Amino acid sequence: MNIDFPHRQSAHCESGVTANLLTHGGIKISEAMAFGIGSGLFFGYVPFLKMGGLPLITFRGAPGCIFRKAARRLGVEMAQEKFRRPERAREALDRLLAAGVPVGAQTGAYWLPYFPAALRFHFNGHNLVVCGREGGDYIISDPVFPGLVRCPAEDLDRARFSKGALAPKGRLYHLRRLPDQIDLGAAALAGIRDVCRIMLKTPVPFAGIRGMHLLARKLERWPAKLGDSQAALHLGHMIRMQEEIGTGGGGFRFIYAAFLQETAALLGRPELQLLSERMTAAGDRWRSFAVGGARICKGRPLPEDTYEALARRLRACAEEERQIYSDLQEVAR
Amino acid sequence: MRKTEVPQDACLLEGQQEVCYAVDENGRYVLAPSSGWEPANIANIQAWELIREQVAAVFAAVREGRKSPLAYHMARHQMDPALLGSYVGLPRWRVRRHLRPAVFTKLKPALLERYAVLLKISVAELCTVPERPEIVVPRIDE
Repeated sequence: MNIDFPHRQSAHCESGVTANLLTHGGIKISEAMAFGIGSGLFFGYVPFLKMGGLPLITFRGAPGCIFRKAARRLGVEMAQEKFRRPERAREALDRLLAAGVPVGAQTGAYWLPYFPAALRFHFNGHNLVVCGREGGDYIISDPVFPGLVRCPAEDLDRARFSKGALAPKGRLYHLRRLPDQIDLGAAALAGIRDVCRIMLKTPVPFAGIRGMHLLARKLERWPAKLGDSQAALHLGHMIRMQEEIGTGGGGFRFIYAAFLQETAALLGRPELQLLSERMTAAGDRWRSFAVGGARICKGRPLPEDTYEALARRLRACAEEERQIYSDLQEVAR
Repeated sequence: MRKTEVPQDACLLEGQQEVCYAVDENGRYVLAPSSGWEPANIANIQAWELIREQVAAVFAAVREGRKSPLAYHMARHQMDPALLGSYVGLPRWRVRRHLRPAVFTKLKPALLERYAVLLKISVAELCTVPERPEIVVPRIDE
């Protein structure tokens, strides 16, 4: 029982899953488009939420958001389910597969045997599509991998019921019904408005532009407050969240720039193309932050690599993005 | 990032490539494969070095009889008592007690079995530690 599924390797797991599921359902969209419509771009720094002693730093929204929001904005009816018992969760998966439905699943990364050792961390926000079963193995379209992979059923059960922060609880999701007509342009603009709102007008100081400034203030004080080795660990953690596989580079800024470019062509709005170019420049600035930060982590900083300089660069990123979002807001109004 | 600048540094992903978004010579965004990027690799290896140090410290404590072998197996799987407890269905304080050698040696076989199944090892392995700490740290393929 194998479903013919249009697997495409993607930069990010959830936008990849969303794009591939929608494409299978008949709405052919790119990963960048799914990411933008689902308003996946975000920044959050929550110093009091710790994972392994390190603060929560994220460049994307909460797991599940991209799919849910993209489906809503496109008028797609989705279904999702969580489970208490692994046996029930497996039955539900098998039932959907038998009906020819490819199923999205949230899993932990740690227990997936096909993951490279370097990425085996207890991270519960991974997404994949189960698109078949052969004997004791599931056939999986994991968007960050080049081709389909196999995973023994017991290991998938484990991954679906991994524990800790954001535990997936076996969460499954799939498309239930597609609309007769879709308005990709309107959905894209709605996605843009949502990102601008959360980045510019957040009521909490941990998110959006305010979150970047908060992080810049804290980052400056890391060496004095935490000592050199802990400060370097915090910095490395931030670089991992920004650049490790699954962001498409520059903390999702490049994938978002790709989305803006596609939307510019779709709607015939050249001003969005200019904003795409500015977003690319913002991504490049984040990358240069990572380059300097990594030199500190490695213990080989150049004279200009200080925490103060990094904080300055972070503030420059924040101000540059503030301008981008306010201009974007005007365009998408 | 331009397509020609997509980094092709050392790979940590066992030869597998990831994809990045980059701008081609006509200014169009394309998906470009990347084998790896050094700053990201440095941050990843730093995280693994920390895990390795933590496992080594716990391993030494087990060898000296200050902690039970469970502490080593827990650290090897990057877990803390709360996470391990949620996997085996025990509160954190009970897992913490089981890290004491005197308590661990008196555990009932059924409980040992639960730990062993979760950690994918036999009960005999659970009650000992190997010759040296076993932890798979990613290696760099040049």
